[in-house]
Amino acid sequence: MLRLEKRPSPSQAWNYATPLVAVLLTMIVGGILFWILGKNPFEAIKLIFWDPLFSEQFAAYSRPQLLVKAAPLILIALGLAVGFRAGIWNIGAEGQYIIGALCAAAVALAFYPAEGWYIFPLMIIAGALGGWVWAMIPAILKTRFNTNEILVSLLLVYVAEKLLAAAATGFMRNPDGAGFPGSRNINSYGPASNQELIANSGMHWGVVAAMIAVLFTYILLQRHILGFHVQLAGQSPRAAKFAGVAPSRLVLMCLGLSGILAGLAGMFEVSGPARLITIDFNAGYGFTAIIVAFLGRLHPVGIVLAGLLLALTYIGGELAQFMLNLPASAIQVFQGMLLFFLLALDVLSNYRVRLAFAGTTKEAS
Amino acid sequence: MDLTAINPVVLIATLMVAATPILLAALGELVVEKSGVLNLGVEGMMIVGAVSGFAAAATTGSPYLGMVAAIVAGALVALIFAVLTQILMANQVATGLALTMFGLGFSALLGQAYVGIVPPRTPKLSFGFLSDLPVVGRILFSHDILVYISLALVVATWYWLNNSRGGRVLRAVGENHDSAHALGYKVKRVRILAIMFGGACAGLGGAYLSLVRVPQWTEGMTAGAGWIALALVVFASWRPWRVLAGAYLFGGIMVLQLNLQAAGFRIPVEYLSMSPYLITILVLVIMSSNRGRTSLSAPGSLGRSFHAAG
Repeated sequence: MLRLEKRPSPSQAWNYATPLVAVLLTMIVGGILFWILGKNPFEAIKLIFWDPLFSEQFAAYSRPQLLVKAAPLILIALGLAVGFRAGIWNIGAEGQYIIGALCAAAVALAFYPAEGWYIFPLMIIAGALGGWVWAMIPAILKTRFNTNEILVSLLLVYVAEKLLAAAATGFMRNPDGAGFPGSRNINSYGPASNQELIANSGMHWGVVAAMIAVLFTYILLQRHILGFHVQLAGQSPRAAKFAGVAPSRLVLMCLGLSGILAGLAGMFEVSGPARLITIDFNAGYGFTAIIVAFLGRLHPVGIVLAGLLLALTYIGGELAQFMLNLPASAIQVFQGMLLFFLLALDVLSNYRVRLAFAGTTKEAS
Repeated sequence: MDLTAINPVVLIATLMVAATPILLAALGELVVEKSGVLNLGVEGMMIVGAVSGFAAAATTGSPYLGMVAAIVAGALVALIFAVLTQILMANQVATGLALTMFGLGFSALLGQAYVGIVPPRTPKLSFGFLSDLPVVGRILFSHDILVYISLALVVATWYWLNNSRGGRVLRAVGENHDSAHALGYKVKRVRILAIMFGGACAGLGGAYLSLVRVPQWTEGMTAGAGWIALALVVFASWRPWRVLAGAYLFGGIMVLQLNLQAAGFRIPVEYLSMSPYLITILVLVIMSSNRGRTSLSAPGSLGRSFHAAG
């Protein structure tokens, strides 16, 4: 009989090992899934994890995509991780991402076709502000009325999606677009465009922002008193209270930060890779970022690695869709399984597994 | 706009149909939360139920077999959650989210072959002359079997939780798992069973969406119904009768909103379809603002993992 024994403090070794084991297990079970779907599992796994980076045929296109897809994931996940550490669950990053993009697009479209260096910075501010405002709704409702932030932030995603649809088909529709839904192309409007900084690298301003955000959250979490408060509130809310941590300030800070980062991610996306506001502008980055945050152990450096890996599954998934006719949803299943395995394996860092036979324990005592 | 086109009798009859999926899912979640477990995966379990119910019904030609399949599928995906949170002690919030994400992907994968198919019709029950009565007949005696099952389930859940030994054990486990364990109740077994019941209810609710309410299979068709069901449990202060009232209220809002769209109300469709989510938030705010009351009615051990020492 297996028995679990709580460790006095989580095992560091397992803490680092579980993400790797989880990825490995996901590959194995994912392979079985692909095999059930009638595809060659080895070919599918290779296509998803290896070919986007190293195959001669695809790498030229796929490699830059890695940074393009990882940047929003990392930006959003960093903000979420700070909140998750404190036990504050913002799961509506997808909505904050959409509103950030809408606000930034609104600024760009308002200035169109003016020229001016100040337009792009203004869009950055608008994007951050939009995400912040959208995140402040659950934050203020939580602090003022004790409303559950999980439900409110998630429900606001659906509201944001409807707003996006209204924008794409209504108030932001391209007046020269012959009635087709979708805004003007912001990427091709010079002063508002988030261009690739180094040709064919995938490096755009969002990647730069993600790098800055990694440094910022690293310092915040490891070197700043706020990071200590976040940690304390997550591990022992009572102790945090005695240490003088104001719970409502922490809620406003955590949700605000993740809102700003998600809004920024939306801003860089709409002015860059996505090019314009469309009905299906949001690609689920806000939800995948939750997996990225957990897989990265809520640590900034871990999140960078996890963000790159999940970006790879997006690109590889598209490749597999194209080459093997694998359904798009298979990658979603893949990502969901990854989180399942990770959460399941966490038992190993928090508990010791002991082999105990009913008979032998009695004899021993 | 022509408001006279909205017939109140038809409105009430359709709101009962619209409310049934969230009523079923919320009842299941109520039992789960009463046992002290917060399963945020309702949306995922609902959509898995929706697709498996649809697939089974389309294959066998019987909507009832579809519903049974949905119950089984819902309970099985809930079992993943149960194993992770009860046996492997994973964080309930994170696991619930994982279940929702997995369910959305998994259902899309399963449902590929069923897009654009019309499912077998679920017959409405006939109560003879009762169904022909004006007003009452349309509202009370002209529904399919699941509407009545969901209503019976409200009564049964209420009775079972308050008046049976099993219900008392379940509530004890939810209020204080350490005391319940000390009394010799099997905390984990009770919780695992409760979670599976919740999954079965959510699955059935999902199947009602894909087989009766819509009736069709489309990716992501639950569109937040699972989350509204979760909010409904808070709204109802963890009481079955209030879940019924809440579900019918939301059903009413959804149907009214659709009717206003059809009647050519001057607000664009996108803004009208926001209303169920916004009203859910509003209701949550009103229900939570009274700190004393919410904390009194919420189960004491809600969301906390239980690990027996020794």
